[in-house]
Amino acid sequence: MTDLMERVAGSVRGSLDQCVKCTICESACPVMPVTDLFLGPKTVGPQAERFRTGEHSPDHSVDYCSGCGICTRVCPQGVRIAEINSRARAELKREQGVPLRDRLIARPDVMGRLARPVAPLFNAAMASPPVRGLTQRVLGIHRLAPLPRANGRTLDYRLGRRRSRPLGGRRIVYFHGCSTNYYEPRVGLMAIAILEHQGFQVEVPAQGCCGLPMQSNGIFDGARRYVRRLTEQLSTPDLDGLQVVATSTSCGLMLKREAREILGVEDDSLRRLAARTYDIFEFLRDLDQRGELRTDFHPVPLTVAYHAPCQQQNQQIGKPALDVLSLVPELRLVELDRDCCGIAGTYGTKAEKYEIAMRVGAPLFGDILELAPDLVMCDSETCRWQIRHGSGYPTVHPLEILYRAYGGRPV
Amino acid sequence: MKTDVLVIGAGTAGLCAAVRLAQAGRRVQVIATGAGSLGLAPATIDVLGYAPEPVEDPLGTLPAFVAAHPGHPYALMGPERVAPALAWLSAVAGDLGYPGTLSRNRLLPTALGALRPAGLLPESMSAGALEAGARVVIASFNGYRDFYPHIVAANLSAGSLALDARPVDLVWEGELPDLAPQRLWRRMEEPEVRARVARSLRPLLDGEVAVGFPAILGREHGGDVRRDLEERLERPVFEIPTLPPSLPGLRLYDLLRAALRRAGGRLTLGETATGFRARGGRLEAVLASQPPREDEYLAQAVVLASGGVSAGGIEVDSEHRAREPVFDLPLSELPQDSAEWFQEEYFGEHGFDRAGVAVDALSRPLRADGEPVFENLFLAGAELAGASPWREKSGEGISLVTALRAAEAALEVCA
Repeated sequence: MTDLMERVAGSVRGSLDQCVKCTICESACPVMPVTDLFLGPKTVGPQAERFRTGEHSPDHSVDYCSGCGICTRVCPQGVRIAEINSRARAELKREQGVPLRDRLIARPDVMGRLARPVAPLFNAAMASPPVRGLTQRVLGIHRLAPLPRANGRTLDYRLGRRRSRPLGGRRIVYFHGCSTNYYEPRVGLMAIAILEHQGFQVEVPAQGCCGLPMQSNGIFDGARRYVRRLTEQLSTPDLDGLQVVATSTSCGLMLKREAREILGVEDDSLRRLAARTYDIFEFLRDLDQRGELRTDFHPVPLTVAYHAPCQQQNQQIGKPALDVLSLVPELRLVELDRDCCGIAGTYGTKAEKYEIAMRVGAPLFGDILELAPDLVMCDSETCRWQIRHGSGYPTVHPLEILYRAYGGRPV
Repeated sequence: MKTDVLVIGAGTAGLCAAVRLAQAGRRVQVIATGAGSLGLAPATIDVLGYAPEPVEDPLGTLPAFVAAHPGHPYALMGPERVAPALAWLSAVAGDLGYPGTLSRNRLLPTALGALRPAGLLPESMSAGALEAGARVVIASFNGYRDFYPHIVAANLSAGSLALDARPVDLVWEGELPDLAPQRLWRRMEEPEVRARVARSLRPLLDGEVAVGFPAILGREHGGDVRRDLEERLERPVFEIPTLPPSLPGLRLYDLLRAALRRAGGRLTLGETATGFRARGGRLEAVLASQPPREDEYLAQAVVLASGGVSAGGIEVDSEHRAREPVFDLPLSELPQDSAEWFQEEYFGEHGFDRAGVAVDALSRPLRADGEPVFENLFLAGAELAGASPWREKSGEGISLVTALRAAEAALEVCA
């Protein structure tokens, strides 16, 4: 009996029975207070879920949940609020149909591949107000929303055949994610350089999308296909058992937890992959705590503000970027104390949600303007684009600072 | 992960212990299943409200109280620790209020218009401690579901202070289909909204000494919101704590979190402590569920502040078997038989009221033989045995005193 109760309470839907309606999630939700369109995580989650019988969705405002996951994190009763809401959103999309826009922005790999050969043209078009106005009218992608710049020389292209460098040393796998490959290959190059500097042999297998953007846009079948394919790519006999290091917090979280907890993919090799996947700064902090991190740092005399993204805080790893960078001489780190920048992956790019996302992020942007740092750091790519857009400050992956501290050249 | 001190729990006790430790320059990591109950609490710092008669002078009453209750946390920590603990909180709280020393309890209105004794007050409630017969207006918004000014005013007028209380229903202008408190408290931070509220309320005032609102007057800039309303209404404004969520509690939660961050401490939510590793009588590590891996926090000292029966710091199953889930600490003052657990009356003295973990003067959990379970494990808050906080109105006082005691004792064992 106790076993059964634990299984029910431990399952996503069963966890709603633990809800005591204490409202702690709604007081922490960044979206609810800034829009009347979202009724709040408790209302659309543990409450509405009781009326979801599989026939029709009783509540449409769940589409305005950004999926930041803060509600699950703060719930003292262990209710999987964000996971319940993510599944409810997918069900709603299944009933209502997924708009073309959501199908497009849910495929960063396809978008990246299409844009790559025409990167300058693509970037010029995306910087052109008339084109963006048209994109908003036709597709519903907000004309001001922060979008990445395509890069003609992707990480794949730059690595060429050097996907495994026989440098000797312990082998690890680098999981770069789509955004690093297509939009910010520098993040990948810095990650590889820093890991090699520690003496690792870094394996960078060809890798597809983890399915996260599909998942957050409610396209669960596609997301499951993607994450299963990626699991195979990172679990070949040659790579199985190696530690996997990720530079994208949201894609790392997908492998660690969300594929199982939201998409319901139950698969042994995914479970093994999850257990050997690390955020890069989590990995580097572990090295440091074992006394194995190289500390041949140059001073970096900058004031740098740090925002810990939601999807990284949902990994329960603390703020490892701050722990590691606190070792860098002359670096002044300022921890920003806001929960969310608003973008939540693709949420804030949508025409009907852009203003909401900007209102969510406003206090963070305000803190940055007041602090006037040299740089802002954030581990998550879409959050970096949003913070840059909202604050006007250059916003980099914390690897950028570590790379400089190891003597790497600034951008 | 390595840290100097690991604190388990993010309620008043856990956060205060963590702030104290971080202020002392130690690396502090707080882990908690979720946010603590501060966001549900009225957030007055109550030291002793009933013993069992209403207490007017809590500090003056403490010596006799601890003499009568030798197993009470105040007795074990020493009643002389209460005043310095209150002064410490007052210093941390800064602009939020909780000023000065606690000379006497004040009677504050509840969301039903009853009066309850409260200790240190946040500034937002201090004008709510009214003189007998005072003339006040209790105002709220039509459509806000958690506060009914007519009930509050009627009960205050009929209550022991015989106030001359008059209810005012304000109409919320504009959109907001759902007057959720989270939306109200954000909108109250907009000057135009306050101007509208004051415009509709000011003409209705007539000689009142103060205006009471439900506690929705702005989260981050609550002080500014209230002062602006006071200026516009030309008299003191006070907040009355509401049903959850409780904004005064959230402000204190926000403040303690920020104080922890400024002092260099870390808070990780969504992380449940599940077990430990020990050698001899010393804890070496706490295990925590961090899917997909189990994580290990290596710490020189651990402060356990995960709450009592109601918070899950002590788990009770349907057959009334009680257990402290992380360290399996011995529990004391448990009812002998399951029929004794509950009383008919909700506010009666339940059999499990005083159940908890017995500790020594350093707040170390004790084994049955009276020796500490671990030399470097310290307990804070509602998990201590021997108190009945909601009947005594002593919860925050106990949390604060034991948090600081545990933190200071933890500092002693850190290398």
